[in-house]
Amino acid sequence: MAHAYRDDFPLLKRQDIAYLDNAATAQRPQCVLDAVTRFYESQNANPLRGLYPLSVAATEAYEDAREAVRAFVNAKSSREIIFTRNTTESLNLVAYSYGLSHVKAGDEVLVSIMEHHSNLLPWQMVCRQTGAALKFMECEADGTLDLNKVEALITPRTKIVACTHVSNVLGRVNPIREIAALAHRVGAVMVVDGAQSTPHLSVDVQALDADFLAFSGHKVYGPMGIGVLYGREELLNAMPPFLTGGEMIESVTRESAVYAELPHKFEAGTVNAADAVGLHAAIDYVGRVGFAAMHRQEVSLTRRAMEGIRSIPCVHLLGSDDPEEHCGILTFTVDGVHPHDISEILASDGVAIRAGHHCAQPLHAYLKHPSTARASLAFYNTEDEIDRLLDSLSTLRERMGYGK
Amino acid sequence: MENRSFYNEILTEHNLHPEFKHDLPDADIVLEGVNPSCGDDIFLKLKLDGDTIADGAFVGDGCAISQASADIMLGMIIGKKKDEALRMGEIFLRMIQGEASEDEIDSLEEASALRDIAHMPARVKCAVLGWRTLKEALQDQP
Repeated sequence: MAHAYRDDFPLLKRQDIAYLDNAATAQRPQCVLDAVTRFYESQNANPLRGLYPLSVAATEAYEDAREAVRAFVNAKSSREIIFTRNTTESLNLVAYSYGLSHVKAGDEVLVSIMEHHSNLLPWQMVCRQTGAALKFMECEADGTLDLNKVEALITPRTKIVACTHVSNVLGRVNPIREIAALAHRVGAVMVVDGAQSTPHLSVDVQALDADFLAFSGHKVYGPMGIGVLYGREELLNAMPPFLTGGEMIESVTRESAVYAELPHKFEAGTVNAADAVGLHAAIDYVGRVGFAAMHRQEVSLTRRAMEGIRSIPCVHLLGSDDPEEHCGILTFTVDGVHPHDISEILASDGVAIRAGHHCAQPLHAYLKHPSTARASLAFYNTEDEIDRLLDSLSTLRERMGYGK
Repeated sequence: MENRSFYNEILTEHNLHPEFKHDLPDADIVLEGVNPSCGDDIFLKLKLDGDTIADGAFVGDGCAISQASADIMLGMIIGKKKDEALRMGEIFLRMIQGEASEDEIDSLEEASALRDIAHMPARVKCAVLGWRTLKEALQDQP
């Protein structure tokens, strides 16, 4: 695939860097930028409230975006789609609203050791406030979860099982459907962090049998500042609001309020309609490219990178040996070179990667790596960019003063 | 390219073969310095003889910049009066902020190898970790 899609991304045309930090945030195609601009130029009014045509148009654009998201994750109803700022806010919504009202002292919340801090700290908070116990599903050395071990950790006291669909460090797809089945057997709800899966796989909340799934617009080629929470309708209906105030009410008296119906109950304040419209454009764009084509390109680049890395002494990859099992995420260490120095030297060669703990400190502690370096690919990356990464990596130790 | 040369010989040599990265069992002062966001973590150990820094060492982990900078610092301050060490630390910080004069930078000898950090905001905290810890260690003294 020569880059039919590369020219869709203005930043990639203007920048000379090899952008390999897509798991942190993706680039946006021109159609997304245009959609946001078009909203402000021709549809901007406060949605959901105004009775004049412009506000009605803004409301329609916003609700059309919600319907696009519904179809994107195959939710049953658009009432199950809540717009938030990002994955972190979505998961906090679940923790504060569902978690604090359903978890009691003596209960258990089960999370995986692979969680991004955004799917860990909210559950630490819930357990601290309620007196519940926080338990961990630990992964095997290659990043897989052993379902027998998971099953043994789920007890009648388990109320919530929270797990990332794809680890942002290992890039591996977790068996969410199987874990959800184990959770449901004891009446627990399944909370899924979809931040790293939604850019790479077709995610179907019904097939996964997820009760909640969170993701961020900016990782699926949409704008920053717009995120999504999918929640099962009967659960969302029974939950108290997370934030209260404007736009989430039916009526308000001096002492009390009747909250709006779903999904507005969970969208207090003026909504981010423009970025929702941008996310809609991103979802349409992803649909035009297709996950199959994206996957082919990502796997082909991942294979090239993995083969190259294996031939460079002293560089070690984490996770699976199979390029199909990385979702474009290649996390590695280099003997004797701190990840921040790796990243700095790669940056001087025009290669942008991430270094550190990637907001997954417990996983790093568990794997006994204080920190790692991570290159993460998207379908718009090129073989040339992978080669630049490999060239830089192959001279890295020498440039840090080690002999050849 | 600017920081192709940033990891120069002085820096890599101090990182790979640090002279002062070892324990100092009879240290009078031991202070930990940490950069929580990137994981640089050192223990600075100093032995004082009155107002003079008689000996010093460090142990810990971190990136090449934090480790080399701490090693260079110890080479400069051992044998110096506390006031003199603090004054060098102050010049070093101003150099990193891009505010020191050429004469001042020259006075820092090997530590001047880190002057280009001024153009790398993300790494400033790595370069100053040793000096910041030294300042805290000496200022806590009566």
